[in-house]
Amino acid sequence: MAEDPGAVTGTPDRPTLAVWKFSSCDGCQLSVLDCEDELLTLADRVQIAYFPEASSAAVEGPYDVSLVEGSITTPGDAQRIREVRAGSRTLITIGACATAGGIQALRNFADVEDFVSAVYASPEFISTLAESTPISAHVPVDFELNGCPINKRQLLEVISAHLARRRPRVRAHSVCVECKRRMTVCVMVAHGTTCLGPVTHAGCGAICPSYDRGCYGCYGPMETPNTTSLSARMEQLGAGELDIVRMFRTFTGAAEPFARASTEHERDAG
Amino acid sequence: MSAGAGPGPEAGEPAEGTRVLRTDVLARVEGEGAMYVRLDGRRVEEIELRIYEPPRFFEALLRGRAFTEAPDITARICGICPVAYQMSAVRAMEDACGVHVEQGPLRDLRRLIYCGEWIESHSLHVYMLHAPDFLGFSSVVEMAAEHRDLVERGLRIKRAGNAVIELVGGREVHPVNVRVGGFYRAPTRSELRVLVEPLQRAREDAIATVGWASTLPFPAVERSLEHVALVDPDGEYPIDRGSIRSDRGLDIAPAEFAEHIVEEHVERSNALHARIRERGSYLAGPLARYALASERLSGPAAQAAREAGLGAICENPFQSIVVRAVELVEACDQALAIMERYEEPDAPAVEVIPRAAVGHGATEAPRGLLYHRYEIDAEGTILDATIVPPTSQNQLAIEDDLRAVVEEGIELPDRELSLRCEQAIRNHDPCISCATHFLTLTVDRG
Repeated sequence: MAEDPGAVTGTPDRPTLAVWKFSSCDGCQLSVLDCEDELLTLADRVQIAYFPEASSAAVEGPYDVSLVEGSITTPGDAQRIREVRAGSRTLITIGACATAGGIQALRNFADVEDFVSAVYASPEFISTLAESTPISAHVPVDFELNGCPINKRQLLEVISAHLARRRPRVRAHSVCVECKRRMTVCVMVAHGTTCLGPVTHAGCGAICPSYDRGCYGCYGPMETPNTTSLSARMEQLGAGELDIVRMFRTFTGAAEPFARASTEHERDAG
Repeated sequence: MSAGAGPGPEAGEPAEGTRVLRTDVLARVEGEGAMYVRLDGRRVEEIELRIYEPPRFFEALLRGRAFTEAPDITARICGICPVAYQMSAVRAMEDACGVHVEQGPLRDLRRLIYCGEWIESHSLHVYMLHAPDFLGFSSVVEMAAEHRDLVERGLRIKRAGNAVIELVGGREVHPVNVRVGGFYRAPTRSELRVLVEPLQRAREDAIATVGWASTLPFPAVERSLEHVALVDPDGEYPIDRGSIRSDRGLDIAPAEFAEHIVEEHVERSNALHARIRERGSYLAGPLARYALASERLSGPAAQAAREAGLGAICENPFQSIVVRAVELVEACDQALAIMERYEEPDAPAVEVIPRAAVGHGATEAPRGLLYHRYEIDAEGTILDATIVPPTSQNQLAIEDDLRAVVEEGIELPDRELSLRCEQAIRNHDPCISCATHFLTLTVDRG
């Protein structure tokens, strides 16, 4: 836990909630507004104190709970996240950008100068960091919710658990378990479709296989993923080294187990 | 603790006779932007919509990826309108590969999921982002305390739109089912049936929304702008395809976009500003679509527009909320018509074989024209990508609006005039997350 931020503005019955945006697409914070059935109930249970996408009123912090979307990509944001941490009793990151650096972390694998000069011709007035990093690389995080985007049911569970002072019921097993639970036929076994489900963190409800496509890993690595074994199987199914690099290196590509797997295959591809 | 301020023009003591209006964190828009207005006496000296959200370099990170990955990757540009990105991306890739998905159930499904996104995005904007301006609240939650029925109606419409995206696409944000050539799995007729009742209800709610929106108080601001939108070849209201036209003579294929529309980089913004080469600023989005295609609206939408007192064109940007509501009716009606005629396709996708080529795709995102261009090689690897989102096209028009609003409301006290300026920005539902991917930059290695 970080240093105690001091008295918060909420009450024990109705804690304050803040929603912060860093480098991101806004999709995870939109999940709050996509809780059409629960939004007004949620607003009764917590005081939504700071949420610029939804409200032009801002209650001064500190806050009981901060939901943080997005990754850190600028020097200014690296400072701002420290201020958010200092002003939050509990800090929860939401989504692949905040927990793994997001799609914009693909720059971490390139020489960023080449990356940039390849596309942008003229000098610029803003600054950016060479890497996109998750919130946990900068400040202590109390809970990380995975997903690109997050699952709004899981978000409500995390907030409810916080209100009830219990641990959130968010499983760290693989997407495969979710497929079995919903009795989806395994796309890899039955159709030979490459799938990251065996190494990917559960939470989405195994949507992709139910739409006849392989999982593309947007919830990031599960606990102790065996990427080597899965890669070998995908190679047997005909995936080339470059295909495997791309699969591991997409929306959560900078998460350590996926980054290691893609880097190994990139080396093998020469 | 400060509530996340963006870098604005240098603060300091304004000179004698100078009046400054500034909002460092624009609320109820998607993404991070700020507003700055400076007046000298009664003269507007400076107006800017500053976009400070950091860029994420999508056009760079697409290089080297497979052409089949573009719809999934570009969806992540915007969590509010991912379907729009997917649709422009698949059209561009199919164009490059010489494949056309223009008729039949696959095109119907595309139009259906796109209608779902229009319904979700427009209801979000009308009820959650824009309505609080007109009714004097800071948020939809605060508004719900006094207007519970109104808010619940908005949430019902939004839920129906999300249900369409979820069923056809797999989930509301960043759907997984869209692919180059079609879909991974086509829903069955009976699966779609569950959407009929909520969409019929949403259509009724949307008609009521038009009536309600038309009674809101609108500042007297008229803007004569060049409107740019797609024109559908079969006479439908423009959503998923068409040529690019304006009401001042522009008439081009998507492939000619860059010949006629230039993007300029200006210091004050992290987004490029688009303008028509020959003439200058223009407007995309609901007001533009309505100006070019109001006679193409379906029966219920046309009737709702008529009863709301809209003419063939609407030039008061504050009334965009009415036009957006009319488009809600249209999207619900289109979605219902598609479900009525839908037959399951023989295959969920047509085969798309890559070839070395350039492809262009243009569709109507909820906020306006969204253009993609890709160059791919014979293996289907992306060599180059260009994406022009609606908000960078509208940025100049939004600033022009601000000028008109300030001039019209110059007698108002600062706070009221600031609020009206913010409302004027929200008139165009800017998506700043979309607009910031087109920048040059300096790298700070810390």
